[in-house]
Amino acid sequence: MPSPAPALAPADVADVTATDSALRRFLHGLPGVDAVGLEGRAATLATRSIKTTAKAFAIDLAISMIDLTTLEGADTPGKVRSLCAKGVSPDPTDRTVPSVAAICVYSDLAGVAAEAVRGTGVQVASVATAFPAGRAARSVKLADTAEAVAAGATEIDMVIDRGAFLAGRYLEVFDEIRAVREACGDAHLKVILENGELATYDNIRRASWLAMLAGAHFIKTSTGKVAVNATPANTLLMLEAVRDFRDATGRQVGVKPAGGIRTAKDALRYLVLVNETAGDDWLAPAWFRFGASSLLNDLLMQRQKLTTGVYSGPDYVTVD
Amino acid sequence: MSDTSAARLSVLKTYKLFIGGAFPRSESGRVYDVTTPDGRWLANAPLASRKDARDAVVAARKAFPKWSGATAYNRGQILYRIAEMLQGRHDQFRIQLAEAQGVDADRAAAAVDAAIDRWVWYAGWTDKISQVAGATNPVAGPYLNLSSPEPTGVVAVVAPVGSPLLGLVSVLAPVIATGNTAVLVADPAAPLPALTLAEVLATSDLPGGVVNVLTGRPAELGPPLAGHQDVNALDLTGASPDLAVDLEAAAAETLKRIHRPRTAEDFTADPGTGRLTAFLETKTVWHPIGV
Repeated sequence: MPSPAPALAPADVADVTATDSALRRFLHGLPGVDAVGLEGRAATLATRSIKTTAKAFAIDLAISMIDLTTLEGADTPGKVRSLCAKGVSPDPTDRTVPSVAAICVYSDLAGVAAEAVRGTGVQVASVATAFPAGRAARSVKLADTAEAVAAGATEIDMVIDRGAFLAGRYLEVFDEIRAVREACGDAHLKVILENGELATYDNIRRASWLAMLAGAHFIKTSTGKVAVNATPANTLLMLEAVRDFRDATGRQVGVKPAGGIRTAKDALRYLVLVNETAGDDWLAPAWFRFGASSLLNDLLMQRQKLTTGVYSGPDYVTVD
Repeated sequence: MSDTSAARLSVLKTYKLFIGGAFPRSESGRVYDVTTPDGRWLANAPLASRKDARDAVVAARKAFPKWSGATAYNRGQILYRIAEMLQGRHDQFRIQLAEAQGVDADRAAAAVDAAIDRWVWYAGWTDKISQVAGATNPVAGPYLNLSSPEPTGVVAVVAPVGSPLLGLVSVLAPVIATGNTAVLVADPAAPLPALTLAEVLATSDLPGGVVNVLTGRPAELGPPLAGHQDVNALDLTGASPDLAVDLEAAAAETLKRIHRPRTAEDFTADPGTGRLTAFLETKTVWHPIGV
């Protein structure tokens, strides 16, 4: 795939984001995406076989990259606490299993999660900015963010204003991400592009660059609340974007596919994409995450299979 | 111009496994020769691997909640439907059995008839077994005490050797009649009736995954099934004595329920209810009365 990689010094970044028209010119100047080639490459990489010691390494790495997520209207403090306990020690019968990277909850439960994981190294990620639709006034979104950070969230997952993006008001989206980033303070900002609503691969590439220019620490595929969530192809496209962005500006941005990743086999395929596209600099929880809930159980069952030699079953992992 | 007088090329059938309601090839890509008893080649059958066995267990587990939760009446209707579908393919099975076992057409036809009748027999039992195997128990206290039979879960069945249709149906039907789901390892010498039966099952409103059919070596497929933590019971009818001992030992790790007939069964005899109750658990409920 051709690399866009226009060299961007900090002064250039200021230039391309100075006005709406300059930003549009830059984003529309990014090369178009070859959809057939992209999907073909993602499908080819999905056929790689990962076995034995490499598989054991990949399973542990994948576990340590999970943002263990519960984003339901029916979430209770008790459910969040039990999820935190599971995230800290995913398999109570085997202490060699690593902890997950973070627990991802709604902003009003961030305090409960922060209390439950204190001192364990597990981060608390909170969705904010009127997740999942993002349809609220900017003051509400900023207040949502600030309260989540105040409650103890160390990572914020924001959604972009897809309405503004699709209407072509890129600077508005850019300014909003900037403002949320400021409201985050020291917390890391993950920007959810909601690929399923962006309609084209070209739009996903543009939104990725827009979010990175605005200062995102991570770009995230989706909320998990729409029909199309993370796919290998759109994740591959975003991995190309973070690679090219680092080449252009020197700043490294992480990627988080979320929604629909349920099996260990899927997770291993995503890790292959990371390694083959962005490179092994990204093969760490600081730079690549899985937004998932049921994935963890499947990884644990695969891990038990490798340890004991017999196939495990859902009776041997906890029900979330 | 084509030569219209030339003999037509015959269309050979690719036999495939039956997993989760679909007909996949073996994950391993392997096949083996199936022959008549006197050595004439009949077809290639898939030689299933342990990964196929794992996939079959996943499918069976997925199908279990819906199948065990269906009403007994509904299960009976579906089992009866299987008998109807089998009747419609009577000729195909008669020919297949005659080839597989080297028997004459009359004996093969009798075996197909008996297999159809066996489905009808178990179809009738689905909504009666709980009256026979369950009870209201007299207890010394102010309780209504009920015992009811519940399906065990996923049952791995090693099909009997030497009775590729009647024997197969006789071990499979009671497992699913009571609400269990099954992973069946067919008789390796005569797997074609089992694979054709899968086509009958697929067109009988039986939900995908309730029955999964594997063909291959029981010695290869048995150990992963016996060790599998998500398999609840084993039927070792067709396992050789040595293999059966190994599988029982492996199954003990996860306290699986085992059914292992000590003597060779006569599948033409009255089946009784022994096989129905072999894969039922008894649930007892104490319900306070007088309040």
